[in-house]
Amino acid sequence: MVFLLLRRLVQTALILLGVAVITFLLLYALPADPARMIAGRSATAQTVANIRRELGLDQPLLAQFWNYLQGLFQGDLGRSYAQKTDVGALIAARLPATLILMAAGIAVEVVLGVFLGVLAAVRRGGFVDRFVMMASFVGVSAPQFVAALLLLYVFAVTLAWFPMSGFGTPAHVVLPALTLGVLGAGWYARMVRSAMIDVLNQDYVRTARAKGLSSARIVFRHALPNALLPIIAMIGIDIGQFMSGVVVVEAVYGWPGIGQLAWQAIQQVDIPIIMGVTLVSALAIVLGNLIADILAPLVDPRIRAR
Amino acid sequence: MFKRWLRNSTVATALLLAPLPAFAQDAPKQGGEIVITYKDDIATLDPAIGYDWVNWSMIKSLFSRLMDYTPGTTELVPSLAESYEVAPDGLTYSFKLRKGAKFTNGREIVAADVKYSIERAVDPKTQGPGAGFFGAIKGFDDLTGGKTTALEGIEAPDASTVVFHLSRPDATFLHVLAVNFASVVPKEAVEAAAGDFGKKPVGSGTFILRDWTVGQSLTFERNPDYFIKDMPRIDKFTVEVGQEPLVALLRLQKGEVDIAGDGIPPAKFLEIKNSPEGAEIIVDGQQLHTGYLTLNTKVKPFDDVKVRQAVNMAINKERITRILNGRATSANQPLPPLMPGYDKGFTGYAFDVEKAKALLAEAGHPDGFETILYSTNTDPQPRIAQAIQQDLAAVGIKAEVRALAQANVIAAGGTEGEAPMIWSGGMAWIADFPDPSNFYGPILGCSGAVQGGWNWSWYCNEDLDARAVAADSMSDPAKAAERQAAWGKIFTDIMADAPWVPVTNERRVVAKSPRMGGAGEIYVDPTRVINYDAIYVKQ
Amino acid sequence: MRAVKAMVRQPAALFGLIVVALVVFLAVAAPLIAPYSPDEQMFDGLTLEGAPLPPSAQFLLGTDTLGRDLFSRLLYGARTSLVIGLVANGIAVAIGLLIGILSGYMRGIVGGALMRFTDLMMAFPALLLAIVLAALLRPSLWIVAMVIALVNWVQVARIVYTETRGLVERDFILAERSLGAGHGRILFHHILPHLVPTAIVWGTLGIATTVLLEATLSFLGIGVQPPTPSWGNIIFESQSYFQAAPWLVFIPGAVILLTALSFNLVGDALRDILDPTQRGRG
Repeated sequence: MVFLLLRRLVQTALILLGVAVITFLLLYALPADPARMIAGRSATAQTVANIRRELGLDQPLLAQFWNYLQGLFQGDLGRSYAQKTDVGALIAARLPATLILMAAGIAVEVVLGVFLGVLAAVRRGGFVDRFVMMASFVGVSAPQFVAALLLLYVFAVTLAWFPMSGFGTPAHVVLPALTLGVLGAGWYARMVRSAMIDVLNQDYVRTARAKGLSSARIVFRHALPNALLPIIAMIGIDIGQFMSGVVVVEAVYGWPGIGQLAWQAIQQVDIPIIMGVTLVSALAIVLGNLIADILAPLVDPRIRAR
Repeated sequence: MFKRWLRNSTVATALLLAPLPAFAQDAPKQGGEIVITYKDDIATLDPAIGYDWVNWSMIKSLFSRLMDYTPGTTELVPSLAESYEVAPDGLTYSFKLRKGAKFTNGREIVAADVKYSIERAVDPKTQGPGAGFFGAIKGFDDLTGGKTTALEGIEAPDASTVVFHLSRPDATFLHVLAVNFASVVPKEAVEAAAGDFGKKPVGSGTFILRDWTVGQSLTFERNPDYFIKDMPRIDKFTVEVGQEPLVALLRLQKGEVDIAGDGIPPAKFLEIKNSPEGAEIIVDGQQLHTGYLTLNTKVKPFDDVKVRQAVNMAINKERITRILNGRATSANQPLPPLMPGYDKGFTGYAFDVEKAKALLAEAGHPDGFETILYSTNTDPQPRIAQAIQQDLAAVGIKAEVRALAQANVIAAGGTEGEAPMIWSGGMAWIADFPDPSNFYGPILGCSGAVQGGWNWSWYCNEDLDARAVAADSMSDPAKAAERQAAWGKIFTDIMADAPWVPVTNERRVVAKSPRMGGAGEIYVDPTRVINYDAIYVKQ
Repeated sequence: MRAVKAMVRQPAALFGLIVVALVVFLAVAAPLIAPYSPDEQMFDGLTLEGAPLPPSAQFLLGTDTLGRDLFSRLLYGARTSLVIGLVANGIAVAIGLLIGILSGYMRGIVGGALMRFTDLMMAFPALLLAIVLAALLRPSLWIVAMVIALVNWVQVARIVYTETRGLVERDFILAERSLGAGHGRILFHHILPHLVPTAIVWGTLGIATTVLLEATLSFLGIGVQPPTPSWGNIIFESQSYFQAAPWLVFIPGAVILLTALSFNLVGDALRDILDPTQRGRG
């Protein structure tokens, strides 16, 4: 177990290194000059050259990357070109907002998904089942930005139930979390449904039911736990989806997370910020997968045995 | 002024207001707290680095400079300076500092602070964009070249006297001392911030930065010790960032926001304009802005002046102003109408499809040609590029639109032979200070027609360059009118060569809540966008 | 044919099939159906103040902010979105199949390296990668398709990898191998045919994802270049008008939703039909 964990950690580090290399190369090849973006239009060629030198952009690619890596190993993500402040601090200031949004979004997904999935499994083949199955597909087929605009329009502008934009109170998180969660809940509903149906069809459950055990007891003691493992695995994998989703959702709702930071940085070719956000996102994704793998044996004894 | 007017074509800095709205007569009141929103986060509040239209006005209010402008006007007045003298040869400027002016850390401002601050702005180590403004100061080249760490041309003979020695006459030098890069900063605070001065600014302006939650909000409080009585008017303003302009407007209509800093998006403009409270909410002011199409004189067939003239006649500017919901007027010369030197009698090229076709045929392109039109990729710029594309198609020119991120367009523009045409929307020139010279050098002069430059037409006319230098040497205030006329002529003469199609002069449209008082000019101030010092709350 | 028959019996799948067929038909027949040229900015397509027109008899679905007919643009936009859907997803499935099979079949360094590379690509935040790639390569229809393919193949590769690993252990492959069959024979005659259902299912489901991703890229301003209409850039150009001219955002939004939904329904039905063991799995 410990050995496995160590191996996974080393793998994680290597993956992050790979992400860093690829992102750095891509950004290096961008046909845009950060020094000129900083210098603006009134700057003389001398000013631009000075800025380029001070940023170390006049050095060869390998030297630049080596400098970056050295910083990275010391936990230093570098300094933003445009904001002249530590990228680590910038991300740290915004990461909590993104994490809150993700946690809320995942909570909506899981609660809604489990509820609908159980409902569909219990009423298998009936109207409810078909409706849930259909709705789950509608959810995953909806463009996120249209859903975000629609929710904003209906619940914030027209009905004024929730604030339109911003951060700080629980009310602020509702609409962004719903946008992220409602659309994704379909996958969870389908998964819970199929996992439960597997169990409901098994002999011991039929026996239990024949013995007169209540439906609720069967669902919550026998069938639902069976769906826990795939749910956890799904959450781990979902983090990647969320990391993409937040760019759009944060933009629409003015949520002060790393998605907005990244989008602004891309516009300004603020390479250290783009690198930093990519690495942090990649870390979150890899950790999500790792946690899913590690938790799996604790949930299902059959897997621990393997 | 540069960098972040990406999202909104209509956002611009230097502006002037045409009609005076009715609320101008209210007597200014003291006190009150207001909320202002912006889409983009505030990058930095370091006056040597900040150079976008959002932080520009905040830096203006956090710091003070030797010179400044009367709120809402382009009139230069001494600010931190009590008085100044210019030597007859225009090469020496002496300033007396105001007595008792203090930084908000309590220390009195001395002449050495002025010298330190400007040297800091020029020093390559600062990585600031504004160094070039101070190019006329003696010793500039030695400092930017890394030979020294001080500017030999700035002297502080005693605590309250600063003397500048110039290496050449510069008629705009007093304006230069009013740009943000000339803000006075306390050395000890810069050093204490250890590279983070942009987040922990200390100045001597009208406001103090009290609180900054990154990505969310900034709180500014009135500086009780500011050296001018009754300034500023409001006690406190909170800037909320990350707010979509559209959402900000909806909140403003609900009374949650006092000023929607990004202005009114075109989509909402008509609705608000035609609503009952519209007149009270909208501040619609002309600004010192020209939107233009560059025609690259180093790319075939735009090397032929006839082709460039034909394109000038092919663009239907009226239709473009209609797409902008009438928030702009057609332009015919590089200078905007409110800039000193603008030639009211000049008519430029009229929209005339037949004449354009004839000229193209004369130039050897009876069937037109294929080319590429660059534009930034934020709304509404790609739409305007498409309108231009359709106009060009009508005379046979097939232009492929490339809507790219701003940085990529800028890179293409500054690469020789790369971008045949660029629609400047979202990057259009906005003056750093209200003087026609600021509209020439980098964007139309030879010095800008270099690798990485901003003269995207790659137009270089040595004769005009010489006239520009001559005009800028007329630093004697008595010759101001003559100098203006000389500049005006330069810009209309440029149009004979037609390196640009001047397309629109956009107005800036700001939204403010009905409780906000003061003339429109201080919400669309020509030198600082929103003048936080002068705005006030009515009740 | 068997698959089509089976699908016709399920109402949801039938619905999906009809919509997909309809969208394909409209896209192909766009020049015949469209009342106007999709790129023509009409003078009477805007109010005098420059506002777009709501749906009317003259303009069935209204006009956009440049005075172009929205209905015609949606028809032509279907071409763009479908081409990107098919091309991008086709490439993604092809890359996914290739890397998935190779890494699943080959042991040792090559297989391991390919799988690590897949893991690496999985760790990339997909949208960020797409944004950077789109900024790097000048966006055109084909480049957008390439970018989407480069982002989307990873999932296919993982699934194919898992299935290939399962197949390699199966008795009939082991038997073939012991009989001395070459790698080529095993790969092409035994493993690949078993993966066809997976490829078809993902080829269909993936189109939905691709159409959505194209729309998202366009929404961020880095999709297909104007004036070529795509469903995404139609919304992008009008997004700020969602209140003043809701038809400009919500009609294309509904079209995207309906199309993605239909591809998902068809793909899901195909999965049930082609591979009964996968029934009902998300």
